[in-house]
This record gives sequence, C-alpha cells and structure tokens, in this order.
Amino acid sequence: MDFNFTETQGMLRDTLHRYLADTYDFDKRAAMLKRDGGRDPGVWTALATELGILGAALPEAYGGFGGGPIDTMVLMEEFGRALSVEPYVPTVVLGAGALVETGGAVAEALVPGIIGGEVIIGAGFYEPQGRYNLADIKTTAKKDGAGWVLNGHKAVVVAAPFATHLLVSARTGGSQREAGGVSLFLIDASTKGLVRRDYPCVDGTLASELYFENASVPADALLGAEGGALPLINKLADHAAVAQCAEATGAMKKLHELTLDYAKQRKQFGKAIGDFQVIQHRLVDMFMEAEQAQSMTLMGTLRLDDPNREKWVSQAKAKINKGARALGQWAVQTHGGIGITTELAAGHYFKRLTIVETQFGDLDYHLGRLEALI
Amino acid sequence: MDLAFSPEEIAFRDEVRAFIAENYPAELRGKQDEGEELGKAEFLAWHKILAKKGGWSAPAWPTQYGGPGWTATQRYIFSEESARAETIPPLPFGINMVGPVIYTFGTPEQKAQHLPGILAGDVWWCQGYSEPGAGSDLASLRTKAERITEDGKDYYIVNGQKTWTTLAQHADWGFFLVRTDATAKQQEGISFLLIDMKSPGITVKPIITLGGEHEVNEVWLDNVKVPVENRVYEENKGWTCAKFLLAHERTGIAGVARSKRGIEKLKAIAKAEQDGSGQSLLANPFFRRKVAELETDLTALEFTELRTLAGEASGKGPGPESSLLKVKGTEIQQRITELVLEAAGNYAAPYFREFPEGSNEYPIGPEFAHRSAPTYFNMRKTSIYGGSNEIQRNIIAKMVLGL
Repeated sequence: MDFNFTETQGMLRDTLHRYLADTYDFDKRAAMLKRDGGRDPGVWTALATELGILGAALPEAYGGFGGGPIDTMVLMEEFGRALSVEPYVPTVVLGAGALVETGGAVAEALVPGIIGGEVIIGAGFYEPQGRYNLADIKTTAKKDGAGWVLNGHKAVVVAAPFATHLLVSARTGGSQREAGGVSLFLIDASTKGLVRRDYPCVDGTLASELYFENASVPADALLGAEGGALPLINKLADHAAVAQCAEATGAMKKLHELTLDYAKQRKQFGKAIGDFQVIQHRLVDMFMEAEQAQSMTLMGTLRLDDPNREKWVSQAKAKINKGARALGQWAVQTHGGIGITTELAAGHYFKRLTIVETQFGDLDYHLGRLEALI
Repeated sequence: MDLAFSPEEIAFRDEVRAFIAENYPAELRGKQDEGEELGKAEFLAWHKILAKKGGWSAPAWPTQYGGPGWTATQRYIFSEESARAETIPPLPFGINMVGPVIYTFGTPEQKAQHLPGILAGDVWWCQGYSEPGAGSDLASLRTKAERITEDGKDYYIVNGQKTWTTLAQHADWGFFLVRTDATAKQQEGISFLLIDMKSPGITVKPIITLGGEHEVNEVWLDNVKVPVENRVYEENKGWTCAKFLLAHERTGIAGVARSKRGIEKLKAIAKAEQDGSGQSLLANPFFRRKVAELETDLTALEFTELRTLAGEASGKGPGPESSLLKVKGTEIQQRITELVLEAAGNYAAPYFREFPEGSNEYPIGPEFAHRSAPTYFNMRKTSIYGGSNEIQRNIIAKMVLGL
C-alpha cells in the first residue's frame, strides 16, 4: 500500500496551487465573475499553455502526460480550495473522458485541442424531468441520411455558454427510462437548431438550458455504439462525481481553515470565541468531516476501475454530500452574520459546497443506488 | 383541558379569515413566501389595512394603545390565519420591538409621539443593536453617547457604528443601544435612544447577503445630535429595555403557522416534481420520510408554543423557555428550505436575480426552484439573529437549568 503522490503529482499540485492562490485571490475572483461574460477566459488558456496541466490525466497518445484519476484528484482538490469556476470537470473529465473511451478520428482531432485549451466542452446528461437518473431521457436523435437530427431539452449544462462543443445523451431507441437505446453525441456549439439559454449559477459558474429544435449533426457526432451508451455515461458521471468529491474536499478543508482562523481572532465576552467549548467541538466536527471527505475521495478515486465502482463512488459522494452540507452550515454559524454576507470568502465556499451537493447525484440518489446494491 | 376552540373562537377565526379574503391586496398574494424581495410600499400595504381594522396590526398591544385586546388564543388564531393566507406580516421592528418598549417604559410624550405611527404603519423603524465588535456579546457595544447642553437644551452626541440593521434603508426612525457611561460595568452604562434616521451624521450602507439581497445594512453615526427626551427609561438603564425586547422578539420567532404553510408548499412542490423513476418526489420513500420527520418536529414545536401561550394567558410573561421556541423554530424554518433545495435538484444552481417585471417568460426549471438556493442561504440567518442559537442555549442553561 502506498498513499504517497508521485513527484510529478506533487509538482502538479504545487504549480496549480501557486497559480490559483494568485489568480483566484478573493478580490480577483470577485472581479472575474463581474466581467462581461462572467469569467476570464485567459485563466483557462493559462492552465493549458503556461501551466500545461490540462493533459495531466490524459493518455500520452493524445499529447497528455499519461496520468489518470489520481492526477485529476490532485487538480480538483486545488480547484476546490481556490473556489475556481474553471470547466475542468465538463471539459476534461467528461468531454476528454468520453473521447478517449470512444476513440477514433474525432478523438484524435479534439483531445489535443482540449489539452491546448482551445476546445471547451459542456456536458448535458440530465433532463428537467429526470432528476439524477441518467437513463431518464426524452431527447431524441433520429437518423437523417448519414447524420442525425436531435430534439429535446437538456438541463443546467455547466460551461455551455462558452463551450465550443457539447456532449449530450439522446435516445436513438427505447422508452423514456430504458437502459437500452441511449446514445452519446458530441456536437459543435454552433450547430443550427441548437438554442441555448445562458445564465449564471449561484456558485459563480455559468450554465445553459439546451434546446434542440431539429438540430442536424453529422454522422461522426455519435460517440461509441448507437443505443449502447448508458454504461459509458454512467461511468463518466461516476468519474465526474469523484472529481467533484475532490473539489469538495479542497473547499471543505479551506473553509475549515477559514473558520478556525476566524474563531481564533473573533473576540466576544472578552475572549476568542474559539475558547468556548461549543465552538471547539464544532470546529473538531468540521475537521472530522473534512478528513473523512479526503479519505472517501481517495477511496473513490482508487476504485474507479473496480468491478464495484458504483458502490464505491456512491459511498464517496453520499458521505461528502452530507459532510459538505454540515460543514458549510457550521462554518456560517460560527462566523455569525458576516458568514451570510458576500464580504468574506466563507459564504462563497458555503454556496459552492451547496451546489456540489446537487450535481451528479444528491444524497438520496446515491443512498438509493447503494441500497439497490446491497 | 380542551384543545377545541370555543364557538366564540370559531366565530373569531371565521371573521379573520373572511377579512383577509376580502381585504388582502391581490397583487401581494404569495409574494414574500416565494422569497421575493419586497419594496417599502409592499411591506406596509397590509399593515396599514390591518391598522384601520381596530388595531389588528398590533395583536399583542393593550387596547389603551390601540391594540385589539385579543386573548392569547385569538392571537394564535390570527397568526394561523395570516400564515394560511400568506400575508405579509407587519414588520417586527415597530410592532413587536420598540412599540412594547415605549408603552412599557416610555414617557407620555414618547407614547403620544410614536405609538400611533407604529400602529398605523406610517413610520418605519429599524433596530440599532449589533455592532461589528458586539454580536452575541451585545453588552460590549461601544457606540458612544455624550451629553451636551446647547441653548439651554440637553442633547446626546452619538458616535459609532451599528451593523446587521435590517431594512434600515427604508427607516424613518431607529431605536439604538448606546453607551452613556464608559466607566460603569458593561450592562450598566447603556441607554436606549430613539433616533430620527434623517438626522445629520447618519449614513446607511448596504450589506449584500449570499442570495444577492440587500436586506441588512451598516449604520454609521457621526456626531449625531439626539434630544435627551428621546431616551426611553432612565439613563444607563437601557439594558432593562433591551432584555425586555429580546424576550418579546423571541416569542414570535417560533413561526409555527408560517412553517406549517411552508411544509404545505413543500409537499405541493414535491408532488409536482418527479424523483427520476417516474413517480412524484413526494411518493419517494426517502423524501417522504424527511417530510414526515419535519412535520413531527413542527407538531412538537406547536404544542410547546401552545403551552407557553397558555402560560402567558394565565399571567406569566414570556420567560427563558421562549429560547426553546427560538432554537427549534429556526431549525424547522431552515430544514424546510433545505428540503425545497433538495426538491429543486439540478435546478438549485441557476441564479435569477431579477424576475422580469410583466414578463411571461417562464423561469428556467420549475418556478419554485429559482429562489430555492438564495432562500436556503438567507435562512441561515435565523439561527444567528435575535440572539444566536448558541446564546439561546446559554440562556436555557443558566436561567432554566441553573447551570
């Protein structure tokens, strides 16, 4: 057994940490979110070119470093710690993940672009009626000559407003919640008949509703086997869930540190509030949640190739969803009034942790999956 | 012991219900409970209508000051009916806070000057208590009031900073705790002042909270001149008023009737949403159980409040037990917002700051979802304000358990 990071992974962490500590400092982040378009596209470009880290987890055949989920974990924890709004999960974990799995000319054309920062992908796996069920799909793709015509509605597609491509599930067969008949498409964002409704999210990220209105896409938009994509989609969503666990871990640790600092500095009744036992115990509870989040992130990451992957991923996400909510609420409560303002970082971490809970399966979804697996 | 309402009480309930149905402005219906931010006129509209109906704006006030002279049961019925109809309740700062302080401790002049305006909803009050350095430890407040005489009249010159001042941006008057004796022990050097918010030297600065709301403010006081006759009760005895007010603030804070309504709405939301397997979210056993637990907690709170009300009816003032109502009441209010957030699922994330006026465009996702996260964030305040829940537990430990 060896839980140590390789030297490369250690460097990866340090490089990204240093870069984000500066780029995502509290005021700079706030200014970034207020820009036209709601983000600074230069940051993503810098991650690709100056830092050269977007290929860390991707195969060498495509120009990556040949790493894997552990590298993603290292990066995501830093993204979480910095409260980044960068589209690593949709673009690299899901987008590149889908392309690498399905291979072929499209992958060869696009994965290097992802690593280079020019290709950004938004992933739409969920629909308004389906909650977290990845098979609950009403969007259809019908054969039309050599290509396909898509119709339907994809919900809350993160990064879609600025994506170059969109990765979406659609039915080429089967009924609404059937496992069979699900296909995966990667389509150009400028496709005619694709209507986007863009909006900011409460955590500072950007997303869209995607409406397909007779959107014609070429034959090579189909990734993998027609009608057989659900296992791949499930796998990708599990990889994304674990990546978000890592992000949440970084955010939880940072929020705990911020709260601990605050409790040491804030004085009431003539002493630091951290001198009161009720506050001490709460800070200890927060610490224990953050530590367990770290453990579960590691466990989930190391078991992504395990035959019981679904069980391990759901355990990780369930534990972290629960811990993130408790830790976030305790952080706000310990800060008092200032914790619910936009003036301190703590509140912003609380917001992001809240939204992490609602993405790629909430607590009930993952507990439900676990119950079914017992 | 009898749980049933008497025929008179049932008649009263019907009267209240009919009055609300006939008089509540249609354009205000459901507004606050949707989590929308309200303007000044919207906050006051229903208050003004209630005031004209024999002081219904101030259910707990004695008749001599214009209150309706209701029994505890009638007040309970009124609050139930108001919640049921989702009315915008009169703001607490005048009616529940400074009003009772003025009629309990104020001079005849103060009563004559202020109580009618509070009752009628003509004057908007705000609360100047917390300071950046004085939150839970309120008695450590440092805003200073020094006495001067000018042209034969006595004034306080007030300097300092208050914070978390709710809706001060609309306020005409504020009630402030200030330090009038820096040498006395903490609680003994504080006075209770009524300050005209238009006084020179007052600056109100917004604080933006996590949902993007402008609900609270900083209030800066820079050499603000306040006539000495605006002090309520004796100099350096303001803590007596403060304690009295905090106990009153806590009684209404349980929010049982509003939470009942909140759970009804939660159930309606969950019934309309699907759980991903084709059934409604309300039929989903995990979600359903959470609703059942929440309803159970609310019933426990309701009957605890009823016992407190019965105690009040037999002449006992609100005591330290009301801290229990505050803690459990706010936990339930927060839990409702958690479950609404869960019901929103993926649609918790989209952020709709502005709901376009007159727009027919449907918001993204189900309608309830667009305020679910901001409301969840915002309601974290309830376990912090009005004496944090930690402080409430301290009160129970000390005053009830003798620890």
